[in-house]
Amino acid sequence: MKIAIASGKGGTGKTTIAVNLALTIASFGQPVTLLDCDVEEPNCHLFLKPEITGSRPVTIPQPKVLGERCNGCGVCADVCEYHALTVMGDQVLVFRELCHGCGACFLLCPEKAIVEEGHPIGSVEEGVSQGIRFVQGRLNVAEVMSPAVIRQVRMQGETAGVCIIDSPPGTSCPVVESVRGTDFVLLVTEPTPFGLHDLTLAVEMARALARPFAVALNRCDSGDEGVRSYCERERVEILLSIPDDRRIAESYARGDIDLSKLPEYREVFDRCCRRIAALVNEGQERADREKRGRSV
Amino acid sequence: MKEVVVISGKGGTGKTSLVAAFAALAERKILVDCDVDAADLHLVLNPRIERREDFSGGKKAAILEDLCTRCGKCQEVCRFDAVSSVACSDGQTRFTVDPISCEGCGLCARLCPVEAIPFEPVVSGQWFVSTTIYGPMVHARLGIAQSNSGKLVSLLRREARSIAEKDGFNLLIADGSPGIGCPVIASITGADLVVAVTEPTCSGLHDVQRVVDLTSHFRIPLMLCINKWDINPEIADRIERETGQRGVRMAGRIRYDPAVTRAQIMKTTVVEYTGGAIAGDIRAVWRNVVYGLG
Repeated sequence: MKIAIASGKGGTGKTTIAVNLALTIASFGQPVTLLDCDVEEPNCHLFLKPEITGSRPVTIPQPKVLGERCNGCGVCADVCEYHALTVMGDQVLVFRELCHGCGACFLLCPEKAIVEEGHPIGSVEEGVSQGIRFVQGRLNVAEVMSPAVIRQVRMQGETAGVCIIDSPPGTSCPVVESVRGTDFVLLVTEPTPFGLHDLTLAVEMARALARPFAVALNRCDSGDEGVRSYCERERVEILLSIPDDRRIAESYARGDIDLSKLPEYREVFDRCCRRIAALVNEGQERADREKRGRSV
Repeated sequence: MKEVVVISGKGGTGKTSLVAAFAALAERKILVDCDVDAADLHLVLNPRIERREDFSGGKKAAILEDLCTRCGKCQEVCRFDAVSSVACSDGQTRFTVDPISCEGCGLCARLCPVEAIPFEPVVSGQWFVSTTIYGPMVHARLGIAQSNSGKLVSLLRREARSIAEKDGFNLLIADGSPGIGCPVIASITGADLVVAVTEPTCSGLHDVQRVVDLTSHFRIPLMLCINKWDINPEIADRIERETGQRGVRMAGRIRYDPAVTRAQIMKTTVVEYTGGAIAGDIRAVWRNVVYGLG
């Protein structure tokens, strides 16, 4: 079961919730993997403090032009949709930071004058902490291809057991890469106008990707009623509410977000996990029924 | 003209509330919301849209089923797993392109032996030029699950600069997005000053270090603002010390005040909503930013 924790707005509590869901599932004695897909600013490790047991680089294939073979025909520059190559005189210049590694120049060069070299853009690290298997991605500074790092985190990290995916904020390509193909998306927000606006975008995203989802409302007793009336109107379930609790803010600041130390929250997260499992099962049964219905 | 961009690394540290307050304090400026992924500045500045344009981030492939010979070349060459094949009841395999996965490289269209793959520009968002009581504002809305936000950010900044030059504004204030990736790099390259807003938490410290790495890489001057510093004064001191050792100047500290959320709910800026101590903090930050801009 793959559960993504996402949000339109940043700083709403994704990491706090992802880490606590993973801790709760581990406390049930179930195998669980936490994947930190916020590869631009990965934070789960600050709270989980895992022992990192392995690290490998993420590379994307980028063109290298063999000067002795190149005749400066310019086909490579013409076929590159990202304008990552340009011909100056009889020399081809490669703008690495624009390259998506699609392979068009390499495959279409009539002189076979382009070879591909793996260029490192980040890394994927793996470790263990408190019964949780932990996998995180890290984008190298000044690199832009975060989706490629996220893809690698998911490829390496996802197992048959429960996977909790901490996504980056927003609704564009890195988020899509983190959320696609998951069984459930928990959209974290806070009851403010910014929180509401960005939640509506996140709901649109979950719907566009056809993922089942529900809302987690953090600092639920602050702000205004906008998010709650929106959820009621749109029939979106709020399946987790966490109050604006100074104890949480203070322990978060120090790097401790294990809320099971506060007994009332242990129960809240227990309930949240069971509800997500029930919703995922319901969804799967419905999908199976529809499939059977079609084949008949 | 000078250009200042507010970013944060970590999300939710108060970028947009600070930019809105700057909008109320600065004179002769144009505003740009570079957080095209989850734009919020308009919720406070209440812009009236004067001009609206479509944005195309690139092209996307689509397979014409009537022409397709089911050779599978497209699926073989796509590196983004955007082409999927489904076995149909007639024993044939049908190929389709998932528009969300398609990165728009066009390789499948170029290599299709029967030219069954049109490769056309798609509209992936809209951008706007608006007026607000604080001055003109350039902003956008990227479509859901769309890519190429960096290209849209560059377009917004270019447009804002040309308006500023034409109408004689000498300052551009931009609200950036969280993270350190594509849209953030597009927001800060060539700017005169970056202001990073952080919070006194261990993740705030971790994330702002990555922002310092980024601005150092691109050699853009950086000033730091610690928001809600009194939540944890020890970590605030540590952030100031550790970034100071790396040559980052302080723009100032802003105390925690629930008035920030209340101002947002009232759709106004913090400095207009309250004359309390926090307004003084923000004014001091703004003075330092103006000084930092030279």
